[in-house]
Amino acid sequence: MAATTHGIIATFDTAADIYQAAHKVRDAGFKNWDCITPCPVHGLDGAMGVRRSKVPYFSLAGGIIGFTIGMSLIYWTSAVDYPLIVGGKPFFSPMFAFPISYELTILFCAFATIGGMFVLNGLPMHYHPVLKTDHIVRGLDDKFLIVIEASDPKYDATATKALLESIGGSEITEIES
Amino acid sequence: MSSTYTQAVRPAILDEVNPAELPRAILVKNDRSFDWITDKICGIIEGKTPTWWWVCFGLACFVASWTVAGITYLVATGVGVWGHANPVNWAWDIVNFVFWIGIGHAGTLISAILCLLRQKWRTSINRAAEAMTIFAVVCAGIFPLFHVGRVWFAWYLFPIPNSNYLWQNFRSPLTWDVFAVSTYGTVSLLFWYVGLIPDLAILRDRFYRAGNKFRSWLYGFFAMGWRGANRHWSNYEMAYLILAGVSTPLVLSVHTIVSFDFAVSLLPGWHTTIFPPYFVAGAIFSGFGMVLTLMLPLRSIYRLEDLITQYHIDCICKITLATGTIVGYAYAMEFFIAWYGANPYEGFAFINRAFGHYAWAYWIMISCNVITPQFFWFKKVRENTAMVWILSIFVNVGMWFERFVIIVTSLARDFLPSSWGYYSPSIVEIFTFFGTFGVFSVLFLLFIRFLPIMPMAEIKSVTPQGDPHAGHDRH
Repeated sequence: MAATTHGIIATFDTAADIYQAAHKVRDAGFKNWDCITPCPVHGLDGAMGVRRSKVPYFSLAGGIIGFTIGMSLIYWTSAVDYPLIVGGKPFFSPMFAFPISYELTILFCAFATIGGMFVLNGLPMHYHPVLKTDHIVRGLDDKFLIVIEASDPKYDATATKALLESIGGSEITEIES
Repeated sequence: MSSTYTQAVRPAILDEVNPAELPRAILVKNDRSFDWITDKICGIIEGKTPTWWWVCFGLACFVASWTVAGITYLVATGVGVWGHANPVNWAWDIVNFVFWIGIGHAGTLISAILCLLRQKWRTSINRAAEAMTIFAVVCAGIFPLFHVGRVWFAWYLFPIPNSNYLWQNFRSPLTWDVFAVSTYGTVSLLFWYVGLIPDLAILRDRFYRAGNKFRSWLYGFFAMGWRGANRHWSNYEMAYLILAGVSTPLVLSVHTIVSFDFAVSLLPGWHTTIFPPYFVAGAIFSGFGMVLTLMLPLRSIYRLEDLITQYHIDCICKITLATGTIVGYAYAMEFFIAWYGANPYEGFAFINRAFGHYAWAYWIMISCNVITPQFFWFKKVRENTAMVWILSIFVNVGMWFERFVIIVTSLARDFLPSSWGYYSPSIVEIFTFFGTFGVFSVLFLLFIRFLPIMPMAEIKSVTPQGDPHAGHDRH
């Protein structure tokens, strides 16, 4: 495949720098871009204009499914498939079915949360152009990076480079895809 | 005073009381840089395997072989090789099960409850504490699994269709326990793994640059292609928060259900409503004891004093003190209710605990669990690492005896004097139990050798450099 450009990467030194820079990239109207940080930076979502995560919808769905499975499993096995009198107790009661349904709510919720996180993040993706750069080692260690992708409608190799330079980025490089 | 409160005085008061100026505990000493944190923690994995590690690993394998031998003998012969006899038909196995599960609970408390409470000091210790949880659940699971006798039928515990067309009795707390503990083990593993992803990505790239392709591939496989993008962090942090949110009721429910194994029965000394909170407090107490037992040696071997500071030790000691005191209160309250309830069997059960055949175990429990933590009131004690470590061992011992006292004394002296007995463990039981410390150590040593023992990303986020607003506060 011919070497095409994935985008431009720039390095920033501190969390405060990238916080300021992210505001400016957002205000310049870019959409397909991201910050790469060694740790979650407080307030960066707002600075980038990233919306609130949708993971909770997955969690809620998982929890509801888990609870329903628990209750219906116990109802079906104890009162429908093989009703058995134990200690003169009723075949089904939500009381004794509750502890297991509760645990299954949590179990399914946890799986859905993690699954949802992977789906929304588009992971696993073991190959990505950014991972091929030399910047990434520092980006996961102690530097803060901004990547603006070539797929962005506002992307323009020279102008974008100039923008990143003007907002304080260093080591500005093009990334091959 | 409040009635004369006017707009004019307000700004002056606000100037005096500026919350931003309150002293904050320093979580990483000596103002260490991000790079130092990464190098320090990755260095433990990348460096040569130290001699002490091989010595400890060999010793741990030897001790673990006791469990393997004990279990093999049991499977080949039958459950009779344990010292169970009427009226005590489960003893060390369930004692050890509750003991290990309880130890696990501190890991979840640190990772989940302290996360919700925004206790930032948790970041240095949560990875190792969560590892402790998982390995403790592994050790705990061995006992009920093999106590079923014919372990190849253990799958009967789960609602899997079988040739007898029978289902589990879902009214039984033991069935609840199967679900609680397996959910707990699974969710703890997931939570631990999610926390590991960003750190595995760091190791992937470092090993790749160092030319170790195999390890880079291995860490990279599990890192799932993590690249630290903020759009990922956003979902990641939300997922982490929700996992903390669901792990909190989970950890409380697991030990509640463990206590139901006893409290739902009618046996004097077991049939009490105080059991769930009392068991949960005891679990957290024992778990923090184990956290101290494990973290203090790690701290001094790997010179991690900048990351696990005196402040961290103080916090752990204070939680141990608080939960230990709750446990002490529960012991007293049990006695009070036994008297106040005016049930002669209940009253006898408690008098028998303190002064009967098992009084020695009772007083070991009281001295280890009620008296030991009280030393943590003193700053001098908390600052003496060796002393804290020794006290933590007493906590571990005391909490094992607590479960022994609760379970064995009640069973050995139930309603009918004609069925009374005295339980002693067999040699097979003793070796199987002590062997699980080897199993735990083997797993823990492998963990500190091959995985980052501290969550680098989380530690970075609580340092001043990780805060984008820190620079502005200083002007």
